[in-house]
Amino acid sequence: MRKTYNGLVASDDVTCRFRKGKVTVILGGSGSGKSTLMRQVVGLEKPDSGTVHFGDRELTSLSRAELYEYRKKMGMLFQASALFNSLDVFENIAFPLREHTKLADQVIRTMVKMKLELVGLRGVEGLMPSQLSGGMLKRIGLARAIIMDPEVVFYDEPTSGLDPISAGVIDKLIVDLNEILGVTSVVVSHDIESSFKIADWIMILFFGKKIAEGTPEEIQSSEDPRVQQFIKGSPEGPIPFTRTDKDFYEDILIP
Amino acid sequence: MKTSNASMSEGVEVIIVEGEIDMHVSPKFRDLLLNVFKKKAKGVVVDLSGVPFMDSSGIATLVEGLRWSKNEGTRFVLAGLQENVSHTLKLSKLDDFFEISSTQADAISSIG
Repeated sequence: MRKTYNGLVASDDVTCRFRKGKVTVILGGSGSGKSTLMRQVVGLEKPDSGTVHFGDRELTSLSRAELYEYRKKMGMLFQASALFNSLDVFENIAFPLREHTKLADQVIRTMVKMKLELVGLRGVEGLMPSQLSGGMLKRIGLARAIIMDPEVVFYDEPTSGLDPISAGVIDKLIVDLNEILGVTSVVVSHDIESSFKIADWIMILFFGKKIAEGTPEEIQSSEDPRVQQFIKGSPEGPIPFTRTDKDFYEDILIP
Repeated sequence: MKTSNASMSEGVEVIIVEGEIDMHVSPKFRDLLLNVFKKKAKGVVVDLSGVPFMDSSGIATLVEGLRWSKNEGTRFVLAGLQENVSHTLKLSKLDDFFEISSTQADAISSIG
């Protein structure tokens, strides 16, 4: 896939495969094109060129209505959890079922309880999002992401902004749900420690390009200095601090 | 999903389901189950031997049956679960709440 915004290349001919039933982590720094890549994969944006395949279907050529149908097979956990502030926990999780199905109220109630049990939060149905901690909000977001029994779950930076314990809980949930439900998981992250814990497969993006992929062990032993700089979180190395090639002196003095 | 219902001489209602039970067909499955429970039989058996897949809406619909059976004092027995469905039920941690028989005949005789 290739995607540019105002001449800036956000996805530079990236090819990726997400293995069925496995956890794939897309790692990269801020502005490396992780979110852009995910938005194209789920069909929120069309690539300038390239295709997206889900099973035997090609998603970029689907109509809006067909894509809407397809998205029911995908669950998404957004970075800010994206819960409705005016709805309680129960209605937030039930929302996709009310939108897409004709299930009876009592059946929906049971399904919400089943998902809350999976994320370890049964009993908070009546609380409002404002009454929940950051870690709990993520878990509620996750219960909503899996309420339709999706085949693939996408996680956008699931542990960012969480304390280490809450982050550990989310990591464990991602792995457990992957094993229990057999779903394919795609995680966009810049959290190195968490990624190495949960991933079956890691891809590293750098300025829109895929620079490495492999098992966590393969990535760890990569000799690519860009990979080593990223996983060690070092400010010094081939990954530059600034994005522009333009000389600072010229940039300031020449209008 | 195809369904059929038969009233047995033992006072047991048998529901036979064939095909996948997912969010599209669960409402229809629930309607059938509700109508059968209204017959106030001694027991209700759901033969799932023809069901290769059931999602969480199917499980939640079976929970409806369980609730009605408690309210009505009707025995509710699931029969012939395929491995996949049995696995889904186990993962939902609800398997212990249901009476499960390996065949329809076993289920009927367990009630009679």
